[in-house]
Amino acid sequence: MIHNAVPTTWYLILSAILFGLGVAGFIYRRNIITVFMSIELMLNAVNLTFVTFSYELKQVDGHIFSFFVMVVAAAEAAVGLAIILTVFKNRHTLMIDDISSMKY
Amino acid sequence: MTALIFFIFAGIAVFCGVSLVVQKHPIASALSLIGVMGSLAVLYLQLGGEFIAAAQMIVYAGAIMVLFVFVIMLLNAGAEGTSLEGSPFAKYLGIFLLAAFLGLISFIIQAMLPARPGVVFGEWRGGTALEIGRKLFTAYLLPFEVTSVLILIAILGAIVLARKEI
Amino acid sequence: MYSLWLIPIFPFLGFLVNGLFGRRFSKPLVNLFAVGSVALAFLWVVKTLLGLGALETKYVEHYFTWIQSGNLNISIDFAVDRLTAVMLMVVTGVGLLIHIYSIGYMAHEGGYYRFFAYLNLFMFFMLVLVLAQNFLLLFVGWEGVGLCSYLLIGFYFLEQYATNAGNKAFIVNRIGDFGFSLAIFLIVRQFGSLDFTKVFTAAGTMPVEAGVGILTTISLLLLVGATGKSAQIPLYVWLPDAMAGPTPVSALIHAATMVTAGVYMIARSAALFTHAPIAMDTVAVIGLATAFFAATIGLAQTDIKKVFAYSTVSQLGYMFLGAGVGAFSAGIFHLMTHAFFKALLFLGAGAVIHGLHGEQDLQQMGGLWKHMKITAITLLCASFAISGFPFTSGFFSKDAILVGAYARAPWMYWVGVLTAGMTAFYVFRAWFLAFTGEYRGHAHPHESPLVMTGPLMLLALLSLGGGFINIPHWLEPMFAEAPENPTLAWISAGVGILGIALAYLFYVARPKLADSFAKSMGGLYTLIYNKYFVDEIYNATVVEPMVNGSRVVLWRGVDAGLIDGIVNGVGKESRGLGRVLRLLQSGNIRSYAAWIVLGSVAVLLFIGLMGGAR
Repeated sequence: MIHNAVPTTWYLILSAILFGLGVAGFIYRRNIITVFMSIELMLNAVNLTFVTFSYELKQVDGHIFSFFVMVVAAAEAAVGLAIILTVFKNRHTLMIDDISSMKY
Repeated sequence: MTALIFFIFAGIAVFCGVSLVVQKHPIASALSLIGVMGSLAVLYLQLGGEFIAAAQMIVYAGAIMVLFVFVIMLLNAGAEGTSLEGSPFAKYLGIFLLAAFLGLISFIIQAMLPARPGVVFGEWRGGTALEIGRKLFTAYLLPFEVTSVLILIAILGAIVLARKEI
Repeated sequence: MYSLWLIPIFPFLGFLVNGLFGRRFSKPLVNLFAVGSVALAFLWVVKTLLGLGALETKYVEHYFTWIQSGNLNISIDFAVDRLTAVMLMVVTGVGLLIHIYSIGYMAHEGGYYRFFAYLNLFMFFMLVLVLAQNFLLLFVGWEGVGLCSYLLIGFYFLEQYATNAGNKAFIVNRIGDFGFSLAIFLIVRQFGSLDFTKVFTAAGTMPVEAGVGILTTISLLLLVGATGKSAQIPLYVWLPDAMAGPTPVSALIHAATMVTAGVYMIARSAALFTHAPIAMDTVAVIGLATAFFAATIGLAQTDIKKVFAYSTVSQLGYMFLGAGVGAFSAGIFHLMTHAFFKALLFLGAGAVIHGLHGEQDLQQMGGLWKHMKITAITLLCASFAISGFPFTSGFFSKDAILVGAYARAPWMYWVGVLTAGMTAFYVFRAWFLAFTGEYRGHAHPHESPLVMTGPLMLLALLSLGGGFINIPHWLEPMFAEAPENPTLAWISAGVGILGIALAYLFYVARPKLADSFAKSMGGLYTLIYNKYFVDEIYNATVVEPMVNGSRVVLWRGVDAGLIDGIVNGVGKESRGLGRVLRLLQSGNIRSYAAWIVLGSVAVLLFIGLMGGAR
């Protein structure tokens, strides 16, 4: 098996595992930057899925989609971190439990 | 050979992912994320996506993660304080459920998708810059232009949000 | 080509002008529009009637189709035949005199322009009623005069008893109108049309009903409507209360014109009634009973207007009696003469009240002969007329009715004669109490101005000489004339003179006799004085249960409880749901994250269960 091909399903399973870890971090962590990084982890996992299927279908469209995901993630990271900076300037805390003034 | 590389780097990716979730200090989490991205780049390479692999390293690990690290440094984010008052029982139950969920997903994936020829490095060479460029500027021209506008907006947004009020 | 529509339009224009702009007009300008419009209507009536001549056939003017629904075709038509001619002359003529009188009577009252606007509106509706050529248009006029009656009775709207009286009049009328509406529905069902010509020619071909058939039902329902409008038993209770309105209103609406609408309607529907003997008898009996009943009440009243109000009810009973025994022309004849002398009685009473600055109680009057000669003389003429004194108008008309009654059933004649005697008695009682003896009040009585006494004098002439206008002969082509019977006439006249003599005895020769007689009658007198407690009985049996039922069941139960409950319940449930849903907005970002994950898992499951994104 070491010299055989790797079944594509394994890539998908890896992607699922990474996605699940991202969700866990997203729900579990309190530091806002760590939550953000969990989101990036989720995006990466999805990228892996796209590239895997692109290989399977022998088309390059998956790569292109993955490329766009990267672009969007970059833009999102930029704006999101700017927001985090502003929130920090106003609230002086990075713990998302303390930023709860939108309570009903 | 392919399988060996796969296992090694898949293992690194999973290990770094777990470390991302578990670590207390954000900078440690950031470094873990860089590790994940690096290993994923190798896997992309294995799947014939050389352009994507390069883009992953340059854009993701090189720019975005650097941005993260800068912000962590700027905010002087320290280690997280005391952990949640949740019961350890809930924590272990959550982990178990997560594992079970992932196992279920894996089984479903295995069962659903039919057997195909697996991945062999070098078998498919369609992920070159040539191919991507061809597709990007013909079929996907509109999304390409739109994303350029998107990046412009992101720049403006980031500047407006983070500037100092005079 | 006679433009009959102008006859009602003139007063309507007067109503519009005075109603919209009268507030800013000076009194003479209001007078000009109000009286002028009625005068124009009267002149146009005269012109039309002179032009139409003998009116052998009905003259119809068709304007436009109002309702066209399936087979039912109702149009706006005005028509003039001999009956209409009589009514038109009475309404516009007497109406004009009363308008002129009102200039003087209302001179010091507030709401001057409003009064004349309402009065003009009343004239419009009454003329529509009289000119109408189908039942629905007549009903429009019918309802309209009811409305104006309400507005005018409650003219002094700041007084509680006046507004109550207005409400009472309208509501009691409504009960009658319900019967009228049912009759209209049945007519449509039976004859397929509401046009007078069509209905009456069709009814003419039907056989005379022995028992209670469709024609009897229709006629009885029409009678219900007529009892409401013309204040017969059991719906007469509103008329005495209607005296709360200004006296010209009492004269015009509740003596001369509106209350006669019921009689007119029955006379117009003679073709229906003559084919339903049971209905005719009912009309006669109700009329006779009302005449007798109201006359007894009138014997003991102390308010001068109430005396005349009950007198009106009684005289309307006579008209119904006339119609019910088949002497329709006699009934209409009495309608005309009654308009003359009853309007005169009310206007004269108004002059007395005006001269005493508002006093209406007979016991506070007396010896007014010295102070208001013209009023006294004209009222004397009216009193002779209503008593059926020989050769006055009332003599001829009442005689025609009583002759017809005798032909139908002699007992009706004798009851009618007795009522005539009582009529003479109470009318002259009122006259003697007011004008003879010593003045018992505290005001300074004075004669009224010419603008008021002028119409009085004119009406007095008509009351005395109006009997020589031979209406039954004029109406001969429409209604058969009853044969003359001089004996009966002289008997009833004699009883009338007896009544006058009794009144003289009780109130002039031996004044104490009246009081001792009343005391000796004790309970009977109390019964009569309190008008047989009819109002109290109605209140207890009909009004109170209905009001309480509405308040408890309909208002609290259905409206506040059920309907408000449903509406409020919807609101409450929405609020409750909202209160639950808003717990989602905890402000805690991690809970939002958790919800997002849960939601996406649910979506994935859903897609998976639906067979994947195939």
